[in-house]
Parts: sequence; structure tokens; C-alpha cells
Amino acid sequence: MPEPKQPEKLIDDKGLRIDGRRLDELRPIKLEVGLLDKADGSAYIEQGKNKILVAVYGPREAHPKHIAMPERAVIRCRYHMAPFSVDERKNPAPSRREMELSKVIRESLEPVVLTDLYPRTTIDLFIEVLQSDGGSRCAGITAASLALADAGIPMKEMVAACAVGKIEGKLALDLSDAEDKYGEADIPVALVPNAGLVTLLQMDGHLTLSEFEQGFTMALEACKTLHAMQREVLKKKYATMKEAAEEREEAEVVA
Amino acid sequence: MSATPQLPPVAKLEQKTVVDLVSKGKRIDERGPESYRPIQIQVGLIEKANGSAQVHLGKSKVLAGIKVQTGTPFPDTPDERVLTVNAELVPLASPSFEAGPPSEAAIEISRVVDRGIRESKAIDMKSLVLQKGKTVQVVYVDIYVLDHDGNLIDAASMAALAALVNSKVAKMEVKGDEVINKGGHHQLPLNNYPVAVTFAKVDRTIIVDPSLEEEQVMNARLTVTIDKNGDICAMQKGGLYGFTPDEVRKAVHMAVGKAAENRARIMAAAKG
Amino acid sequence: MVLVAEPKQVVAPGEVLAEGDHLLGDNAYRIGTKIFSACVGILEVDGNRVFVVPLKGGYFPRVGDLVAGRIVDIGLSGWLVDIRAPYEAMLPASETPGPRGPRRRDLSTSYEVGDMVLAEVLAFDRTRDPLLTVKGPGLGKVASGRVVEISAAKIPRLIGRKGSMISMLKKETDCQITVGQNGVVMVWGKSPESERVAVEAIYMVEREAHTRGLTDRIREMISRSRVVEQVAGTQTA
Repeated sequence: MPEPKQPEKLIDDKGLRIDGRRLDELRPIKLEVGLLDKADGSAYIEQGKNKILVAVYGPREAHPKHIAMPERAVIRCRYHMAPFSVDERKNPAPSRREMELSKVIRESLEPVVLTDLYPRTTIDLFIEVLQSDGGSRCAGITAASLALADAGIPMKEMVAACAVGKIEGKLALDLSDAEDKYGEADIPVALVPNAGLVTLLQMDGHLTLSEFEQGFTMALEACKTLHAMQREVLKKKYATMKEAAEEREEAEVVA
Repeated sequence: MSATPQLPPVAKLEQKTVVDLVSKGKRIDERGPESYRPIQIQVGLIEKANGSAQVHLGKSKVLAGIKVQTGTPFPDTPDERVLTVNAELVPLASPSFEAGPPSEAAIEISRVVDRGIRESKAIDMKSLVLQKGKTVQVVYVDIYVLDHDGNLIDAASMAALAALVNSKVAKMEVKGDEVINKGGHHQLPLNNYPVAVTFAKVDRTIIVDPSLEEEQVMNARLTVTIDKNGDICAMQKGGLYGFTPDEVRKAVHMAVGKAAENRARIMAAAKG
Repeated sequence: MVLVAEPKQVVAPGEVLAEGDHLLGDNAYRIGTKIFSACVGILEVDGNRVFVVPLKGGYFPRVGDLVAGRIVDIGLSGWLVDIRAPYEAMLPASETPGPRGPRRRDLSTSYEVGDMVLAEVLAFDRTRDPLLTVKGPGLGKVASGRVVEISAAKIPRLIGRKGSMISMLKKETDCQITVGQNGVVMVWGKSPESERVAVEAIYMVEREAHTRGLTDRIREMISRSRVVEQVAGTQTA
């Protein structure tokens, strides 16, 4: 693969971005649930070129015992990027960035998991970024919520996350890696929709208060869209099981 | 792997007292919800560093030291200085800090302070590039937390900024193929002065500059870093719960004024 | 009092189930006047009570449950048992039948690591791991048979209303089947072949738990297998 160069323009004369999207458009998203055999719960997301796999193990016994908490489950989260996931090979050892992201991702999901039901256990979340193209922490959170639900872990609701950024002076939804690198700002946001709580919020770059306000609102709306997608994927998965069995039943009756 | 932190060693009764007071608009140290603890800033204490500053924020104490040395640039930015920000939660600062590699808390402080400085373009990254692609000046911002009584991010951010303002850099010259020390110093050129302002949500009240006791009962925290023009250059939410969108907006607005107040304090201390 | 979601349909966490003063059953919680689901499952309504039957999830021990577990360690006063729960269970020597005191032989002569036992959950609460007992009819070491592990969430379906599904399985496969609440099922048959059919039937229940006509489909599958068996039998005879 040739090394990518800095694009000449991030927005063309028609107002379209390098990948042909409008400013307020999400990248194409594919969500899958329950694809791993051994994990208690799992999910996979493709968002643009991001490919992220999430597995959940738990609630399970805490090892080592001293990390357990007497009144609730401990949530452990590991965000990790595969060495081949980025343009320049990434050293597999955990970087400071991965440690920070592991923390903020865990904190984005803590509020929804009903951890009181499983004292002295751990709920382990493993987020593996197989290919990264900007916004991987948000995509990771969206998939992690699905994986937790797939594991049957009781939770108040799912968390959806999306980032908004500023490129060439304009606010744009769901930045790709090039747009984040050469753009002026990036705001990743995670929202718990029923409770109306923002559980992930970071920003880097330069924004006036009014730009932030606009971008923030845009991100919150996108989170709601993603949330509806999450719900649909989950319901469809279990409905399909039902339908497949019913189809077989009908075929047998006819035969 | 990031794990839910153990509960702070505080009795529930004490926690309840803090929460009750905050909900009535008072705090355990009698501040109002929008007040910072007393801030003291001293600069130039470490002569061997290019610049240094110590900040006392209430009982929290943070020391920042700046070292500027020549080094090689990153391959993808051959004509820029290098900036490295590193915060250490040394064990003497708190019974809960252990010796060893940086914890996620230390890394978070480092990266949030780094973002503030980098994204506000506080240091002119292109100036004093000595030999493009070969030799640049590397600015090391090392933050040492000496006493932990809450809100280490703001204390670290103020200490780092004050230390940068205090920094003097050797005059370097390129002669042919060599880089030599010309003799004499000049102030590290700065273009912006970012200041972090941290809020905590205790039950449903937003307070600024949480003390350790308040951090132990808080719902969540939000740091907003504001530059000299009143624009936002970094934000970071932390903690086990969350903020409503309106609470976020309220905090962002409050941050502008608070950052300006603290910036004035830093400039007065660093230049005086 | 209004039902918002349809009963017997799949609901997702955070989905609105109803509005009003319904009673809250398992996996349903309330914010204000709205009732929400706390897991992926099937919405059930029983009179005024709204609850969600989870489609997935591990085993959470309850006092009185019959469980099938595997010995994983021998300690000074008992055995540690894996019951496929987030907590390791303990079977104290005092909860096994047999002599007491110094005349008691070394614990490893009763149960060894790797043995399967049928036990009852004697005690369990938030502060300690589950305590088991094997004092009781039908409890104790399992000497033979097949061990089938399925999702604990599907056990109610495997048993069926008033035991209808499990009775049918035992009758049709001519096997003895003991169902542990923890998702571990023990199967004993007169021949390996009949055990195999029973095992296959149990997995089928797990896969198709929430579909209609399951009982009939399984009965059919079993009788088809028996025909094959008979044919094979006559051919080799």
C-alpha cells in the first residue's frame, strides 16, 4: 500500500468531502451481533473503513480477587489496535493513547450497565481495532454496547457514539482519519438517549463557543440515529432466529 | 486494561455530608459553586530547568519543569519542534499513588494538558527549527504532582503554562553543517496561553475546581480548556456517570470567564 | 396503563415497554411513568406485571436450585465446584453423606477433580460464594452419562410448561435426563445411540427455544433418528 499524501482539499467546489459525502452525512455503517463463538457476547462494526470487533466476557469471577468490589461488578475495558490497522505499522505494545481510550470508553459505558446485580465479579470488554480510519473510539463504543446486550448483561439502554469535526472552517459529521489529521477540530460524543446523558465528551482543535454548540448538537443527533440502528440490529438478530425456524416448520408441513 | 477504580476510603456519612452541602449551594470548605480554591503560583524555582513553576491549588501542589534540548524531529513533521508533555503522580503525593509505570490517571492528565498546549498552538512549532529534517528544539514539559487534594488537571495545566511563560531558551545558530550555542538566552516564544477549567457534577449540581473530597463523591467531571481568545482547544469528560447536554453548555460558558481569571494570575506570577 | 411494546415480541435494552403503574418484574425498570427493558428478551405480561425473559445470559445461582457441577479443586474441608456461574461454588465435606470426624477418609476418595456432581444450592447471597449440598435424594457424584452444556436462559424451555417438554424427551428417547438450573444437563441412555439422539434434541431446544411447534418438531426428529437406527441395526444384523 502506498503512503497516503495530504489531500489538496478536504471539501470540493460542490461541497462534497474526499469520500463524496455531504458535511452532515455519516459514513456507511454495518453492524453485526453474536458472531464469536466463545465470547459471552460479541459485535462487529464497519464504519467507513473502520473495522472493529468487540467481545464481552462476563460477568465472571474476578481474577485476581483483590480487584473485585463487594457491591458491584468491576468493568474492565481494553481498547487495542492491531499493528496492521493503520498506515504505519503500530507497535503491538499498549500505547498511551490506547490507555487513555480504554479509560474513556469504559467510562462511557459504566452508567448503563446494572453492575449492582453482580457483586464481586468482572465484566470484561475487549475492543480490537482491526482497521482504523478515524472515529474508532466512537465506533468501538457503539459496538461495545451491542456486545454487552448480546452477552445478556442487564443494562438500562445502549450507548451510541459519534464524532463531529471542523474541516476547512466547516462543521462535518463523522470525520475520517485524513479529515481528522488535516482538519481543525474533532469532538467525539457518546449519548445515552433515554436518560439524556452525555457519557463521552472530548475535544481537540480550535472551536469558538458557537461552533462547539453547533457541532455538539449535530453529534447528539447522529448518536440518536446510531442508537436506532443498534436497536434494529439486535431485534433483527433474534427475530431472524425465530423466522428461520418458522420457515423450516412450514417447509416440513408442506413436504 | 482500564478497570473500574476501587471505592475511595471514605465513610458514607462523610460522602453524604459533602453531597448535601453542595446541593444547598455550599461546599465543605465554604466556597460557592463557582469559586476556585486559593491559588498560589511561583516560578523559576528550578534553575537547571529552562523554566519551572509551582502551583498550589488549595492543598494540591504541582511542580512543572521545562527542558528544551536539541533533538531530531518526527519523520512526518520535519520542520516542526517536538513537544512532549509528561505528568507523573509520584507516590509521595498521595497514599493512593504507587511507584511504577504511569497509571491511566497520569496519562490522562498528560494528554489533556498536551492537547491544550498543542491545539492552541501555544508554542510556535515552526520557529527555531535549526536544520530542517535533522535538528529541532524539543520542548519537554514534565509535570510532577507533589500533593493530591483534587483537580490535578487544572493545577497541572496552570503549572505547565506558568513554566512555559517562565522559560528561557539558549540562542542557537547554524554554522555550515553544525548547530552551535551562540551564548545568551531569549524567552521561549509563545503565541497562546491555554488554561484548563474543570467542573464536577455532584448529584445534580455543577461545581468548579473539585477538591479531593468532592471528587470522591462526584458523578462525573468535565474539563474545558480555553485559549487566550475565549475559544475552546480541548475538552475531556471523566468519571462514572454523565452530563446532560445543557449541563455541558453551561459548563463551557462558565469556563471562559474562569480561564481568563486564572490566566491573569499566571501571567502576573510568571512575569513578576 | 398502556402497553407500548407487543407481548411475546423481542425487545432491546432501553426499549419502552409500557406506560403507567404496572408492577415491575425481572429485567424491567421505570423512569417516571415509563417502563423500559433492561435486556434483550421476550416481553411477557402477567396480569399487571411486566417482565422480560432474557434470550441470553449466564446462570445466576438461587437457593434451592438443582445444579450439575464439575469438581475443580479439593481443599481442607471441601471441594470447589464449577457450576458455570460468575461465582465458584463450595461443597463442604459436612454437606456430603458419610462418616464425620477423624475417621473420615481423605476427601479425594469421595470426589476427584474432574468429577461431575448433582447438588443443590444451599446458600448464596451478595456477600459470599454459593454453598452446595449433596445430601438429598438423587444428589451426589455422577458416575456415567453424557454432560450437555446449554445456555441457562433456555432451561425453562427445556423443562416446558408443567414439565411437558422434558417428559416428552425422556419418553421418546428412552433416556434418563436430569436438568440442572445452571444449564448443565445429564443424560443416561441404554445405548450410546439413544444418548446421542437425546443430546441432539437438547441442543435443538436451545437453538429453537422461542419458536412455535417446537415440541412436535423434536418428536419428529427423534422418531426419524430411531427409524435410521433401526434400519442401520437391521443392515448390520
